[in-house]
Amino acid sequence: MKNLIEKLSKAFELKDVVYQRPDLTFVTAKKENTINLVTQLRDYEGFSHFVLLSVVDWIEDNVFQLTYFLNNPTEKYDLAIRCIIDRDEATMTSAHHLWKQVATYQRELKEMYGIEFPGSPGLNENFILEGWDNIPPMRRDFDTKKYAAETFFPRERPKTNDPAEYMKSKLYPEE
Amino acid sequence: MSEDKDLNKFENPYYAKREVTGPDGEVFIVDPIKDYFSDERPRVYEPNSIPVIENFLNWARSESLWVLGFGTGCGSIEIPPLITPRFDAFRFGVQMRPTPRQSNVFIISGYLAIKTLKRVIRSYEQMQNPKYVLALGSCTVNGGMYFDSYNTINRLDHYIPVDAYVAGCMPRPEALLAGFNKLKELIREGKAENANEYARNFDWYKANQKKIIKDWNMPDYNW
Repeated sequence: MKNLIEKLSKAFELKDVVYQRPDLTFVTAKKENTINLVTQLRDYEGFSHFVLLSVVDWIEDNVFQLTYFLNNPTEKYDLAIRCIIDRDEATMTSAHHLWKQVATYQRELKEMYGIEFPGSPGLNENFILEGWDNIPPMRRDFDTKKYAAETFFPRERPKTNDPAEYMKSKLYPEE
Repeated sequence: MSEDKDLNKFENPYYAKREVTGPDGEVFIVDPIKDYFSDERPRVYEPNSIPVIENFLNWARSESLWVLGFGTGCGSIEIPPLITPRFDAFRFGVQMRPTPRQSNVFIISGYLAIKTLKRVIRSYEQMQNPKYVLALGSCTVNGGMYFDSYNTINRLDHYIPVDAYVAGCMPRPEALLAGFNKLKELIREGKAENANEYARNFDWYKANQKKIIKDWNMPDYNW
């Protein structure tokens, strides 16, 4: 599989190649090359199975990291293509024309992270949240605990004591 | 899938006013919110004025608990062993029903997402009086391990009235049977009148429900 990575590295300027396992490799591609690379892998290199599309929110670097996870069923080999996009203007080229199910992943990413995929079918329809009117909830700057405390009538929790302090005050109050 | 439209997020095409052609070619206008639902408020049902009759009715109610087959969270997995021979809830007169209109006990089995809560409210309001709610698991008490989630409620009793809680995460079917026996005791004592409480405090419950269900596209009372 190293041959393939070397061949693709020249054409698509891949960086940060990680040979994680004998059957799994991570590569990082440029944003504008990613969909071309995925298309090339699907059409000519036998990566016909789309496994998943996921995102990591690197709030410290102000970027999102998208991961396109592909599988080659004949050679039993996984290849994950990472792609860094800007966090403030989170827009990515849609890949729904390659596999139909990508549209569902993109719908979820739109709802949970607010990433735009222009042209993806049904992108703005409700996926899991119905009528959400706050910032997307899986973004790391969304404070879930504060939101839940303000929204869901939290029940008061019983007071807890530090066992060591409590026993000391009960058993040896003079000391 | 349809082409990407600039849909209003809160708008459900199912509830939109539309023209429908009947089987004999007649065209008529359907407004689902008005035509498919009634907007009447719930009523309070006073107990029978003769105590002997009321006691008899309560005994009869306690012996025929018909549970709505609606699983909301992970606790719904406890229901199949409960009704199958090992624990056999039918010994206690408990049996499952497929629709809300045929059942009078609602088991809220575990955590409730907002999306599910909307369906729960619709199902609860469609159930016949007298109706009872059995809340299962710590998630319905105070949110349980999902207390800080953006999408699950913390206290069930702010949205629909609860008759009995079964604590635990998850409660075993034995605990659920104990909950049923507790519910029976309450019904026999005439204390399980929470459907009336719902009707009396209707506005308070509705305000709480509408606070979190942002796309409220149904009538206030879904009978």
